[in-house]
Amino acid sequence: MTATARLPDAEALCAELLRQLRPQVGPDTGMVGIVTGGAWLAERLHRELGLATPLGTLDVSYYRDDFERTGLKKQVRPSQIPFDVQGRPILLVDDVLYTGRTVRAAMNELFDYGRPASIDLAVLVDRGGRELPIAARYAGGEFQVPAGKVLMLERAQHGNGGGGALALRLADQRRPREGATPA
Amino acid sequence: MNSALAQSTSDAPPAALRSSGPVFGSNPQLNDKGELLHLLSLDGLPKHILLHILDTAHSFVGVTDREVKKLPLLRGKSVFNLFFENSTRTRTTFEIAAKRLSADVINLNINTSSTSKGETLLDTVDNLSAMHADMFIVRHASSGAPHLIARHVASHLHVINAGDGRHAHPTQGLLDLYTIRHYKKEFTNLSVAIVGDLLHSRVARSLINGLTTLGVPDVRAIGPKTLMPAGVEKLGVHVFNDMKKGLAGCDVVVMLRLQNERMKGPLLPSAQEFFLSYGLTPEKLALAKPDAIVMHPGPMNRGVEIDSAVADGPRSVILPQVTFGIAVRMAVMSILAGN
Repeated sequence: MTATARLPDAEALCAELLRQLRPQVGPDTGMVGIVTGGAWLAERLHRELGLATPLGTLDVSYYRDDFERTGLKKQVRPSQIPFDVQGRPILLVDDVLYTGRTVRAAMNELFDYGRPASIDLAVLVDRGGRELPIAARYAGGEFQVPAGKVLMLERAQHGNGGGGALALRLADQRRPREGATPA
Repeated sequence: MNSALAQSTSDAPPAALRSSGPVFGSNPQLNDKGELLHLLSLDGLPKHILLHILDTAHSFVGVTDREVKKLPLLRGKSVFNLFFENSTRTRTTFEIAAKRLSADVINLNINTSSTSKGETLLDTVDNLSAMHADMFIVRHASSGAPHLIARHVASHLHVINAGDGRHAHPTQGLLDLYTIRHYKKEFTNLSVAIVGDLLHSRVARSLINGLTTLGVPDVRAIGPKTLMPAGVEKLGVHVFNDMKKGLAGCDVVVMLRLQNERMKGPLLPSAQEFFLSYGLTPEKLALAKPDAIVMHPGPMNRGVEIDSAVADGPRSVILPQVTFGIAVRMAVMSILAGN
């Protein structure tokens, strides 16, 4: 696959994202990663930034707008927000920003935990193609994904609590795009 | 025995009554892709579906701790509670579960409505379908009633059996399985004893089906011969008429309610006599493993099948069962709604 060669290096994007985030996060910042790629990235960012507030994870399956079409197929992990959302600045983390529908679902779920002071969005890659008025305040980089492909984050199997190296991969889209597709 | 039950309920409705409903294969609960369309019985449900329900239920447990105790999965859907037979706990937990999923819930106590005016079951269902129902939760005194409704309704409608006659009570079976998994983690090393009135118990049938599918190696049925269904061994259980022998070394004790209201003719000398032989007392419980848990589907007859010292004791998980029942029913409803 020729496109693979041009894929950005996830570790370099991650370093860029860290550079942007460092001056912006504080002891109150509640970081929340979206399962699964976003949660891996958030684990890394949370550790590197040394945030005091424990890391939260969201599985937004129950808040997706395509539930009617796709149903509940995969194993859903319980969302875990180990801090009080009420009045807190939230930093939402995802791997790839595409249509914006996942982020919308994540924001809806967050509000069921309380009323945050603010929500910012940090992503590793912005691939364009937005279907909702959503933008990332922090992005490691941009990448044009070839038609019929999806961009996925992978993490090397490696213990040490925080997981191993991050890498981006292009995969074939599982089903034809009919109207809106999750991203 | 289960096939006999299924036979008595499998009379297909006349072709004219079949609307655009799905064509049923070997298991009427599944569509042609093997996905769950209705929950009628745990009999014949594959292991992966049982585990998917239990895992999904687990993901719902934490919802209760949040500021907003609701998920939007069934937003805009109408769930009809069709209870042709009385129930408090089951109906209420179904109602709470549907509301936690943001559904609109309509409770119908059919005993006091159209049926008493002579309307047939399927006419009632047709009328409620015309009110844009999305899901029916059905309890009926006749085995097979939910099955009949599932065959009859249009394909976008889902039916959940909330207890039919002596046949099945699958969500109770699932919440029992959830409870066992919560406390014992694994199924494959357990001895589970089910005690009492198995003859009239749809709970016992559903639980035995589920335990067997999930690989529990030792399921015991304990009770007097008069309350033991003929051929129960064929479900893969070991039958004991002596409770003390049956309880020896087991991990889970499931007590069943003595269903006096369903008994026709003299099956027992008296409730007191039953308690002496089959009531769970601290002395009898001492024969099980030291960490054995005690379950009961409710409602309990204290002093008949269970002693208060056990029911309220440290090994009783009877109230957690009720709480888990909400998450389990949420799981079933959300999986059906997505298929």
